[in-house]
Amino acid sequence: MAEMKVEQIAVFLENKSGRLAEIADVLAANNINIRALAVADTADFGILRLIVNDTARAVQALRTAGFTVTKASVVAVEVADRPGGLAEVLKVVSGAWLNVEYMYAFVEKSGQNAAIIFRFDEPNKAISILQQAGFKILTNEEVCRL
Amino acid sequence: MIWNEQYETMPREDLEKVQLRRLQDLVARVYARVAPYRAKMDAAGVRPGDIKTLADIKKLPFTTKEDLRANYPFGMFTVPLEQVVRVHASSGTTGKPTVVGYTRRDIDTWAELMARALACGGVQRDDMVHNAYGYGLFTGGLGAHYGAEKLGATVIPISGGNSRRQILIMQDFGSTVLLATPSYALNLADTMADMGVDVASLKLRVGIFGAEPWSENMREEVEKKLGLKAIDIYGLSEVMGPGVSMECIEAQHGMHIFEDHFYPEIIDPESGEPLPMGEAGELVFTTLTKEAFPVLRYRTKDITRLWAEPCVCGRNFVRMEKVTGRTDDMLIIRGVNVFPSQIEHVLMGIKGVEPHYQIVVNREGALDTMEVQVEVSEQVFSDEIKTLEALSRRIQAEIKDLIGSTCKIKLVEPKSIQRSEGKAKRVIDNRKI
Ligand SMILES: [Zn+2]
Repeated sequence: MAEMKVEQIAVFLENKSGRLAEIADVLAANNINIRALAVADTADFGILRLIVNDTARAVQALRTAGFTVTKASVVAVEVADRPGGLAEVLKVVSGAWLNVEYMYAFVEKSGQNAAIIFRFDEPNKAISILQQAGFKILTNEEVCRL
Repeated sequence: MIWNEQYETMPREDLEKVQLRRLQDLVARVYARVAPYRAKMDAAGVRPGDIKTLADIKKLPFTTKEDLRANYPFGMFTVPLEQVVRVHASSGTTGKPTVVGYTRRDIDTWAELMARALACGGVQRDDMVHNAYGYGLFTGGLGAHYGAEKLGATVIPISGGNSRRQILIMQDFGSTVLLATPSYALNLADTMADMGVDVASLKLRVGIFGAEPWSENMREEVEKKLGLKAIDIYGLSEVMGPGVSMECIEAQHGMHIFEDHFYPEIIDPESGEPLPMGEAGELVFTTLTKEAFPVLRYRTKDITRLWAEPCVCGRNFVRMEKVTGRTDDMLIIRGVNVFPSQIEHVLMGIKGVEPHYQIVVNREGALDTMEVQVEVSEQVFSDEIKTLEALSRRIQAEIKDLIGSTCKIKLVEPKSIQRSEGKAKRVIDNRKI
């Protein structure tokens, strides 16, 4: 069975200007494509969350450049790119009492559908509930191919 | 092994009698013979006859490094130079060095105390002592050398430097005890790794490390890399040299001060008032037996605390905690004394947090604020904000427990705290006072 969970990289960001651009430069110099990206920040620091086409190489490159990096498993759920698409997923998530640490969205290149990235406490349980509700879970490979 | 059972296990009551007799003799001697001491005592309105109990020591004026410099080179000596058989000098990072002298009896006392210290650290007669402390004006090399000889061990007087040769000699001579600064010990470990020398092939079993501050983390590292027990030794040339206090191999927890020769006090570095047993403050020493260069209430600028609890090794001397700070680094924030070492202590107690930090002090209106910047290592980093915020709150709470005031915690990227000459600058004080 294909791996349903998607590998995500998180990078620690001090709130200093230019650090995001440096990360983008490091990835570009290593020929790594960014598939999805979201920044979460507080008054003092930020966390950049990234999905890329080659996680292992990206982690290596960012560490070498002096960044603090960690990996986490997230779940990518496909939603129809039309009004109400997101609401349908969230209804299932909240109905099943799934604990969401955070989420962010990205749009597939084809423009047909969007994907929502979820960081669940219990990703395996979340995957089976969402699949039973008829949602398509994107595999790591599928996300990387997008 | 206890080298000198009589003194090292003497009941406190008897020890205090010895201390008082020696203190009275010392005060009389320096008052009679050393003009700068006499002038200071006269200014403080205290005469040798006023010292009737040990507690009277607080009537005596302090001696500082500045006093020693002002009387450079021999102005504080108590005996004529013809009775002085050796001098040492401490490196002066600023200004002139301080020069210290020893009579023949002082050299003998020092050897006795250093033999005690080595025995306390687990060194025995049949040991091969690899003495990598520098020989020369620095007290480390010769001080340790005489003590190891007195103990009856075999001494390799190799001094510092040329690490490859040191390792060849360790292999060929079968060194069992390494005397060095902890940073040089780590350097030797790295050189060993470069040379492909397996530490298990060496006979090292004990390392006596001192002459610079080092942390418990460093102890673990050096013990692992060199396959030995790392023991802390303390001393300073103004008081004698190495062998003022020494950790015992049994407890490896706090250094026993040889109190029959050195009288320790802990004072508040601001007010100069003695602090109760157990509180952290500046360490002050009075040498009770030295002849050529005794000191009265010498302010070491080292921050530590003393423990009176009995020790498993059987010695009755108080113990001093590892020195982790200097009064030069002390900050006064909203009237509270704060030492960077206290902050470091908190950080090192939290798993995964590296002791890379910086303290930034600002004044906002009339209020001092302290921000502690902590580098985020991968061990504590998380993709979830709540985890990092919990870490910040925990550091904040533990610092508040220790120093009683709230500071702001700022998590920063690794290596973002500026390092100069390999050492981090710990404090940035932006207050304009
Ligand atoms: Zn002990």
